[in-house]
This record gives sequence, C-alpha cells and structure tokens, in this order.
Amino acid sequence: MTIPLKEEFTLSIYSENHVGLLNQITTVFTRRHINIESLTTSESAISGIHKFTVVVFATADNIEKLAKQIEKRIDVLKVFVFRADEIIHQEIALYKVSTGSLLGGNEIEMLVRQYGARILEITPEYTVIEKTGHKNETQELFEKLEPYGVSQFVRSGRIAITKNKKELLETYLKKLETDEVQLN
Amino acid sequence: MRPKGMRKVTGKVGVCFATSGPGATNTVTGLANAMMDSTPIVLITGQVVSSLLGTDAFQETDVVGVTQPVTKWNYQVRRAEDIPAAIARAFYIARSGRPGPVVIDITKDAQVNELDFNYEPVKSIRSYKPESPIDFHQIEEAARLINLSKKPLALVGQGVIMGNAEKELLDFIEKSGVPAAWTLLGLSAMPSDHPLNVGMLGMHGNYGPNVKTNEADLIIAIGMRFDDRVTGDLSKYATNAKVIHLEIDPAEINKNVHADVPILGNVKKTLPILTDKITKNEHNEWLKEFKACERIEHDRIIEKEIHPLDKGMTMGEVISKVSAAFNDDAIMVTDVGQHQMMGARYFKFKQTRSVVTSGGLGTMGFGVPAAMGAKLGRPDRQVCVFVGDGGFQMTIQELGTIFQTRIPVKIVLLNNNFLGMVRQWQELFFDKRYASTELINPDFQTIAKGYFVPSLRITERDNLDDAIKQMVDAEGPFLLEVVVEKEGNVFPMVPAGASVSDIRLE
Ligand SMILES: Cc1cc2nc3c(=O)[nH]c(=O)nc-3n(C[C@H](O)[C@H](O)[C@H](O)COP(=O)(O)OP(=O)(O)OC[C@H]3O[C@@H](n4cnc5c(N)ncnc54)[C@H](O)[C@@H]3O)c2cc1C
Ligand SMILES: Cc1ncc(C[n+]2csc(CCOP(=O)(O)OP(=O)(O)O)c2C)c(N)n1
Ligand SMILES: [Mg+2]
Repeated sequence: MTIPLKEEFTLSIYSENHVGLLNQITTVFTRRHINIESLTTSESAISGIHKFTVVVFATADNIEKLAKQIEKRIDVLKVFVFRADEIIHQEIALYKVSTGSLLGGNEIEMLVRQYGARILEITPEYTVIEKTGHKNETQELFEKLEPYGVSQFVRSGRIAITKNKKELLETYLKKLETDEVQLN
Repeated sequence: MRPKGMRKVTGKVGVCFATSGPGATNTVTGLANAMMDSTPIVLITGQVVSSLLGTDAFQETDVVGVTQPVTKWNYQVRRAEDIPAAIARAFYIARSGRPGPVVIDITKDAQVNELDFNYEPVKSIRSYKPESPIDFHQIEEAARLINLSKKPLALVGQGVIMGNAEKELLDFIEKSGVPAAWTLLGLSAMPSDHPLNVGMLGMHGNYGPNVKTNEADLIIAIGMRFDDRVTGDLSKYATNAKVIHLEIDPAEINKNVHADVPILGNVKKTLPILTDKITKNEHNEWLKEFKACERIEHDRIIEKEIHPLDKGMTMGEVISKVSAAFNDDAIMVTDVGQHQMMGARYFKFKQTRSVVTSGGLGTMGFGVPAAMGAKLGRPDRQVCVFVGDGGFQMTIQELGTIFQTRIPVKIVLLNNNFLGMVRQWQELFFDKRYASTELINPDFQTIAKGYFVPSLRITERDNLDDAIKQMVDAEGPFLLEVVVEKEGNVFPMVPAGASVSDIRLE
C-alpha cells in the first residue's frame, strides 16, 4: 500500500464572531491528531464575520474531511482549502539583537539590506529587526543573525489572500440567499 | 437517557434540566450518546451568578467547555432578556438537519431576573444549512445505476426514521425490488416480515446481508453512516459495488466509504424523486440467494438459539417468546451487550419507531431510563426493555423513579452472571482468559422489592411462558429476571477488523 502524501494546506475559516469558536475549531484538529503549524485570527472584510487562517500538513483526503467537520459547527460559515500556489501569503518575524553587535561591524546591516528586512527600533542596548516573508525566508535570516546573538525571535502565524478573481466568501453569502431550502 | 427514549419513539425534541456543577457533568454521557445517535435534545443547565463566573464559585463548572465536543451546539446565557432567543435557537438547531443535542447554560441571575417576554421562533441561521439543495443530476445518475444493476442492495439506516420517510422507503424498495438490509438503528423502519427485508447488517447482523455486501454490484445507502460495526474492514468492503449514498450531512459523504453518487438532502424529499425516476423491477434470482443464506443461518444458528436442546435457557428463546407475547408489536428498548444484539436479532416489529437502543456510544445503563422515556412518549404502546445483569446495575436506582412515577415499563433482566459481551470476546479472541467479566450479583428480587416494583425470577424453561404472561398482563411496571445460560455467544459474528464476508457462523 502506498502511504498518501502529506502536503501543506492553508485553510480560511469564516465564522460568526462568537466567543469560544477558536476552541471549537481547534478541537476538530486535535481529535484527528493533526498538528496546527500556524494560526491567525482577525475580523474579515465583512463586518461581523471572523476569519481564521490555519496552516497544516495533511493528506488531501484528510483535509477534505477535516474541512467538512469544521463547517459542521453551527457558527462556522464556510471553510476554504488552498494549496500554496492558490494564495499569496505572508508571515512577519521580529528579531532582537544587541545594539553592540550591530555597531561592531556592518554584517548585520548587510543582512538587513540583503533580506529586505528593516530596523524597527534602536536603543543603546538592543535593536529590533522586522522581516516579512515566507517561513523559510524569515527562518533563513534568523539563522544568519544567530552568530551575532539573537536574544528574542518571534514569528507570526500565516495570513493569506486568494489569487481567485471571484471573492469566494461574498459569492458564497449570495448563494446562501438564493438557495434557502424549505424546511418542514 | 430518558429524554432520548422519549424522542426516539415520538420524533419530538427531548428536554431535560440539570443543576450546575455535578448535575451538569452527570449529563455528559447522555449528551455523548445523543451526539453519536443524532438524538435531538435540549438540556438546560444552571450556572453560577454571572458576576462570579470564572472565580471557582460554589458548583461552578465550565459547562460550555465540558459539553462542547458532545453537543451539536451550546451556549451560555447571562441575561434574562436573552433567554427566549437562545431557547428558540436551541430547538431549531436540535431538531433540524441532522438532529443532535444542544445545551443552554443559564446563569442564576438570568434565571431570576425579569424580562418582557417575546418569543420568536428561529427560521434560519446564516452560518447553518440544515439541508442542502437537491442535486437532480445525481438523482438521475443514481436512477440509471439502479436500473442497470443486477445485484443491488439497500442499506437502511436511522436517517429514514429521523426523516419520517418510512412510507417513501417502502415505495422505493417495492418499486425497485431491491433487497433491504438495516443497521441496528434502522431497525423497525420496515416491518420484520416484509418479503424484501433481508435482515441486519454488521458485526452481529444476519449472514446474508453481510456476505452479499461483497457480491452486490450496487449499494444504496439510505440515511446510514457506514459505522465500523457495519462495515468491518473498509478495504474489503463492498468490493464489487458502486455506492449511492443518500445522506443529510455533507460530512458523512466519503467519510468512511467512497460514494460514487452522493445524494445530499433529507431522504423524505430525495427518495420520492428517486423512486419516480426508476423503472419497476424485480430481483427474484438475487433474492433467492438471500433466502439460501437465511436457511444456512437458520439451520446453524437460529434454530438452536430459539429452540435449544440444552437444559439452560438462551437469550434468543426468551426474547422471541417475549416478542410473540406482545404480538410482535411492542417498543423494544435495550441496554448494551449480548442481550442487545439478541434483541435486535430475535424481536419482531410491525411498526416504525419501535426500537430504542444505544448504538454509536454503546452506553451501558441506558436501557431502563430510556424505557421510561419511551413509555412517557408513547403511553398507548407496550414498552419492554431487555437489560443485562451488568448494565442493569449501572442505573438500577431508576427503579426508584419507576416506583415514584408508576411508569408501567416491562423490564426483562437476562441474567447470565457475566458481562457477557466482553466475556464472549475474551473467549473467542483471548483464549478464554476471563478477566473481570464474571459477576457476583446481588439479589435483584430483594432490590426490586425494596423499590416496591413487582418482580419474578425464573430459572426453568417450564416456567417461562407463565412468567412472560404475568409480566405482559401486569398493569404497572414489572421486572422479570430470567437466568440464562452463562456462556452463550452471539453469532454470527464479523470479528473486529475482518471483512464482512468473513462472517463467522460459530
Ligand atoms: C455492542 C454493539 C454492537 C453493535 N453491532 C452492530 C451491528 O452488528 N450492526 C449494526 O448495524 N450496528 C451495530 N451497532 C450500532 C453501531 O455502532 C451504529 O450505532 C449503527 O450502525 C448506526 O446506524 P445508522 O448509521 O443507521 O444510524 P446513525 O448513526 O444514527 O446515522 C444515521 C445517518 O443518517 C443521516 N440522516 C439523519 N437524518 C436524515 C435524513 N432525514 N435524511 C437523510 N439522512 C439522514 C445522519 O446524518 C447519519 O449519517 C452496535 C452497537 C453496539 C453498542
Ligand atoms: C458504561 C459502559 N461500560 C463498559 C462498556 C463495555 N461493555 C460493552 S457490553 C459489556 C457487557 C455487558 O454486560 P451485561 O450488561 O451483563 O450484558 P450481557 O452482555 O451479559 O447481555 C461491557 C462491559 C460499555 N459499553 N458501557
Ligand atoms: Mg450479563
């Protein structure tokens, strides 16, 4: 038997803005032993609708089932699943280095330029560098800075925007209005 | 468990209340059971005053957190004026689409404060689509497959009963001529003696439908979810068949078994459209194959079970006699174990909604309280519950409720002095290494007496008929304890993880 391939998927989950939803969503993952690589939540462009962006490694089959189980939660509006090539995505990373090491030579400055990073704040003690990009890019800068001493390093979860011409959520909301099923 | 029993026989939403803290946590098993078996229940729990939330106040538990994984929806109300809307939403969600349990947790202050009452029923919720629009192309395709099929098999599940679609099912089965097999929870959707009813699927189901699953060229699953007790090893399941799946819950499509033709929607609506599009047909040759299997099963298992030659009584003989004594028209409730499987195999039914049993969770202790609920829901029908000596002791205190309310349920305790179902596995798969399955039981007659519930214990076959008659004729509640053979087994059996066609007859 061939083992199904795990791939990276990005889920855009839209929900009503109620307390406790994050817990409802994450338990769907934990129950199936799927590790969440990254998670970001914020208001969406439509007022009252919340958006969760979740990155996971899973098989295509698993992800389809997972998405349906999340959608089954009453307050979840819709789940869209994307492969990396269907979205534009970014993460942000912050690095804290000692200002001394920055002044000690021009290597750090070179790295900042080379990686398209920027300096957010300089104090006599420390300097905060910011870089946005994909995980491998922010990771690479981290590895380059490490020899000079990085006292703190944080990376945000992924945020993503689709390449689609049609806005999926709006189309979905419109469709909802047209195909209301009559219940007994 | 009581609201569940009530709902199963009436189709209405069951309601129950529990106090905060321990009262609420005690309901978790019942909720999990209802979640598994899609039982619509609204549970209202008390909660501490809203200003004390999160302070570890007296009898505070995070009810919303604890019950979230076992509810279709739950919600905490902290203001009196929010109660009517929350309750309206709760009932709408519990009963629509694929039904399920809902918990509304209401803080003490919300309970005692006043409000201007205004109740508006919920008609829709933006983020919740209980039913999908019907896809006529899929139905067209399904009809085409059905018309072409030489060896079709219908798998009937609880969805038919939940959708009140028994008539629609019968129309479909009779027009198509397709043999119909049922899941444990689909039991009684079709009368037991219908010529196209070929028996139960799954682990302890009948020989024919299990073996024939792997010979069928078409499987038509109607409101059932391919539980692992039904399918056995999925990689060797329905190996020659295309699959049509009529299902209300999109998450069930392709969950366990790939559907070549999914038909989303309520079977109440989708079945008649499908029936309309198929041509009238008969499958007599194919049906004969089921009859042949029935004969094999009858000779090797059923006959010995209902007319045993040995001295000890068997569960099968007791159950088939009890069924006959109720004219095969009682509501059968069961607890969980061997007696449950025997009940499903040997009790007979004339009308729908005649079975209340714990399927997906298999909750021992379910039987007696569920029987009370069933009787409350259908006072016009006889309600008979089969319990084992193990499960009976898990909710035996309900005899107190029976005494207090005089709900006239008939309890048949099939006492084998064992946790029989587990003992059977230990015998068959663990070299008879019996561990913690033999029971040293209390005197159930003395206990019944203490609760003032009339009762009888029999150990001899000669007394069986009279005892059953006494129970059936009793006006009020009655406990009939029958001491049965200690080491009886339920057969046929699909061993866990085996293919349905490797079903064992002994
Ligand atoms: C000891 C033990 C042994 C067991 N052995 C067996 C066995 O041998 N055979 C067996 O069959 N079971 C057995 N079971 C039960 C088994 O675990 C499952 O509970 C059972 O098979 C589920 O049946 P179901 O799919 O019909 O019902 P459910 O689990 O209730 O599923 C019903 C399905 O229908 C759908 N539905 C609901 N309403 C509608 C509607 N209106 N229109 C369309 N679809 C709808 C639901 O979404 C759901 O997917 C056993 C249980 C125990 C405890
Ligand atoms: C609460 C609970 N605990 C344990 C089990 C596992 N279990 C399933 S059947 C069974 C034995 C039931 O024994 P009994 O009630 O005597 O019925 P019998 O099988 O003997 O008919 C057990 C322990 C369960 N289903 N539910
Ligand atoms: Mg027992």
